[in-house]
Amino acid sequence: MSAALNGLTILAVCAGAFFFLAGTVGLLRFPDTLSRLHALTKADNLGLGLVVLGLLFQAEGLLAALKLISVWLLALLAGATVTQLIAHTARPSGPQA
Amino acid sequence: MAFDIGLALLVLGVGAWTVAARDTFAAVVGFVAYGLLLALVWVRLAAPDVALTEAALGSGLTGGLLVSASTRLRRAETRAVDERQPASLRLAAAVLCTLVSAGVAAIVLLLPEPAPTLAPQAMVNMAATGLGNPVTAVLMAYRAIDTLLETVVLLLALVGIWSLAPDRVWGGVPDPRHQAEPDGRLTFIAQLLVPVGILVGIHIFWVGSVAPGGEFQGATILAAMWILAMMAGLVDAPAVSRRWLRLMLVTGPAVFLTIGLTGFAVAGSFLAYPEPHAKLLILMIEIPVTLSIAATLALLVAGPPERAPGR
Amino acid sequence: MADFLFAAAGLVLAMVAAGLARILWGPGDADRIMAAQLLGTGGIAALLLLGEATNVPAALDVALTLVLLAAFISVAFVKGATRSEADGA
Repeated sequence: MSAALNGLTILAVCAGAFFFLAGTVGLLRFPDTLSRLHALTKADNLGLGLVVLGLLFQAEGLLAALKLISVWLLALLAGATVTQLIAHTARPSGPQA
Repeated sequence: MAFDIGLALLVLGVGAWTVAARDTFAAVVGFVAYGLLLALVWVRLAAPDVALTEAALGSGLTGGLLVSASTRLRRAETRAVDERQPASLRLAAAVLCTLVSAGVAAIVLLLPEPAPTLAPQAMVNMAATGLGNPVTAVLMAYRAIDTLLETVVLLLALVGIWSLAPDRVWGGVPDPRHQAEPDGRLTFIAQLLVPVGILVGIHIFWVGSVAPGGEFQGATILAAMWILAMMAGLVDAPAVSRRWLRLMLVTGPAVFLTIGLTGFAVAGSFLAYPEPHAKLLILMIEIPVTLSIAATLALLVAGPPERAPGR
Repeated sequence: MADFLFAAAGLVLAMVAAGLARILWGPGDADRIMAAQLLGTGGIAALLLLGEATNVPAALDVALTLVLLAAFISVAFVKGATRSEADGA
């Protein structure tokens, strides 16, 4: 049982790390602010979600699991709205190189 | 450990960038990033209490303070950037900083094995305080006088900031009125985040008696949520002359001081707790102190009054 | 398991480092504000992995605090950037 849980954790964390990698590649390669913001928010939040999922299998107790999920939900909420705010800041300055 | 070396290099790199940044706003962003990474370092060193304080107070709240300062300075900055300090002064500062860093590093590296520490005695005597977290025991029992002085110092800093108000808005409302957009993004995030944040802040404060946490960390989260609500325009900053506000600010240190003075009568010296009631007294101190600190920190970031009091 | 989580934390941290290098160099304030976002997701992931790998359960509380403060500081940065533009105009 715990071997199966460990396997699931490894799978989920590897997927999460892959998305972080994808997000960072996007961050480094995309040409302008808005697309970099897009890469950062989407990929990194998904990566965090997968990492949280992986760690859920290792969590001890209901409270720890709830805290893990709330961390992810809060990060998602903050990411979604703050991205809009940052994009609004970027746009009046005109397209950045 | 490759991980530790990588983390150390990253922290140093961000720190160096912050020092070298040309623009104040950029330097503040770098400072906050540096602080958040430092929280990671503290967790790596198995010091979660310090990590909590660093994340909340050292980088989060101080970052808010610095951003607000850098915004006010922006207009004057373009003029100031032309007057650079003479090279000899900057060289002297660099040499001094290097010497201090080298001195601290030498002290840490040359400590005898095992390093002298009071930690075992702190753990042994913790049962008398009724607490389960040795860091809280140090802050609220062994070195309670330091904590009391910290709360007073914060209050004095706030008075200093209020004294910067121009005469015509003396005792007025800090910060320009932030427009609340009813369907706006900022309103949305504030309405969802603030209640959750308040819960988390209370949780971190409450759990501090048995696990990493405590009143300063919890109070900082509460303060950050209040500032967030102010920035989103959900609540307006209170006028600094309001009686309830001033009462709230003063109650924490006042209660702390009172309990400290009764220590003379009840247990023999200042801030001594009679053993069976130690935990209750500590709790009686912590609750008002948390509220006072939260209010003080929020008002520190809000800044000096800018609008006249009253409608 | 602990070694794997440790390695994963290291990888995520390397990603954060690369991202920071790009972001802090990026022209304009909006780019730099993204640093708070980056640390709010990547930094927290690394923190959670590190906490689990080194058996520090309080890392979860630190992560909760970090996510709230990262959101707060991002909003403060955005307010600071837009307010100074309005002032300077």
